[in-house]
Amino acid sequence: MNMKPWIAVVVAGLASTAAAQDQNSLSIEGEDMVTEAAAPAHMENLDTIYSGWRFRSGETQALETDDFDNPAFVFVDQGIDLFDKVDGTEGKACSSCHENVEDFAGLRTQLPKVQDGKLVAMEDLVNGCRTERMGAEPWKWSGGQMTAVTALIGLQSRGMPMDVAIDGDAAPFWEQGKELYYTRVGQLDMSCSNCHEDNYGMMIRADHLSQGQINGFPTYRLKNAKLNSIHGRFKGCMKNIRATPFAEGGDEFKALELYLASRGEGLSVETPSVRN
Amino acid sequence: MKHALGGVFAALMAGTMAIAEDVKPTAVAFVDGTVEQSLTGQPGDAAEGRKVFANRKQGNCLACHMNADLAEESFHGEVGPPMDGVADRWTVAELRGIVTNSKIMFEGTIMPAFYVDAGYTRPLDDFAGQSILTAQQVEDVVAYLMTLKEL
Ligand code: HEC
Ligand code: HEC
Repeated sequence: MNMKPWIAVVVAGLASTAAAQDQNSLSIEGEDMVTEAAAPAHMENLDTIYSGWRFRSGETQALETDDFDNPAFVFVDQGIDLFDKVDGTEGKACSSCHENVEDFAGLRTQLPKVQDGKLVAMEDLVNGCRTERMGAEPWKWSGGQMTAVTALIGLQSRGMPMDVAIDGDAAPFWEQGKELYYTRVGQLDMSCSNCHEDNYGMMIRADHLSQGQINGFPTYRLKNAKLNSIHGRFKGCMKNIRATPFAEGGDEFKALELYLASRGEGLSVETPSVRN
Repeated sequence: MKHALGGVFAALMAGTMAIAEDVKPTAVAFVDGTVEQSLTGQPGDAAEGRKVFANRKQGNCLACHMNADLAEESFHGEVGPPMDGVADRWTVAELRGIVTNSKIMFEGTIMPAFYVDAGYTRPLDDFAGQSILTAQQVEDVVAYLMTLKEL
């Protein structure tokens, strides 16, 4: 739990209403999700990690508990159509090679990962199939087609614990991501950690700060009524502190994604989650 | 001369002259995190400072600080201490130092430096080489903070 000396006084009077992240449990379509876990050993400054779901309002939280109510499923349906759609010079669809999308169960928990010396995210894997196997154009990193299909693939791992590899050849990428996480940027001169590690649980104007976990991505945001990619969210946070964002799909954001994935170790994949 | 060159130039001149009197961000003299001299050489306007405090595109101080004096604004942050009675806790020179560059008073703080225009990493182009607030806005905010006394 996180608490400032100046709100401890206020909160003491409210006792049971304090710290919403300590009294919720999430079950989606009847399946229990892990939204709180002991922090992995590599995290020096936190004892407990929480899903972003724990910091949302009751109404927003409720939308995620039932796939019929979850607005992201409109896009998952689009993902199913895209998965079966023939595209490119080879006359193939994703489903030509991947007969059953359920075979992707577990993939979301392990990404990004190192392949042939490079760090690859799910978007790279999708575009790799499109360009090399289908002879089709790559999709835009955070475009509607990409997020629809990554939501569909991620959904196959829902309820499974985040479990990314950070040792061996992943280690240098993880170090780079960690460095970025703690580096202050922008005119406001803040790091990811300033908000999501030092001040999670606090209100920053109208926003309730979470730990900035990525176990629910892509997320449907009520604010823009579409699916939002992990790198799209990083970009948004950087712009808010008046920093020039790194490129979506670029080395920096992939390294940061790996580092954040490792900070969520043990939390359930909640893809596709709902946020405000 | 003003007439010959037109209104635009006159406005530019006026701007330049005002800036020339302001202490530049890099020239602010700190003593233990405090700044004695007004950045504009003049007292600030508390009513303007109150607006800067709340405005999301200016100080946006309310993002982090609760402030009972701004009860009409709906969202008050919790990241920093409440501003109620802040004038009883700090002198005007201390408050000027905190708003200008809080990192000198509070090492490692999340609070942005509001009158610093260099040394940032990767600022968005629109903000590069600029401070968040002008010298006048800093003085206005400081004047406003000085009105926040315990009843
Ligand atoms: C000025 C504060 C601030 C900074 C600095 C900041 N963020 Fe955020 N971030 C927010 C807010 C506010 C939200 C929306 C509420 C929430 O989920 O925390 C958010 C949301 C997120 C989310 C979505 C979490 C979810 O469950 O949907 C991620 C991921 C994230 N941030 C990552 C980052 C990364 C990476 C950085 C650094 C590049 C960063 N943030 C820097 C304020 C910040
Ligand atoms: C992103 C968060 C943030 C913003 C924005 C912010 N502050 Fe702060 N401020 C803090 C924190 C946190 C502290 C406490 C010092 C510390 O421990 O880091 C603080 C401390 C202060 C203090 C000393 C308060 C006391 O009682 O000790 C004053 C005065 C102050 N801020 C004024 C302002 C003003 C005026 C603005 C806007 C022009 C502003 N702050 C914007 C986070 C912020």
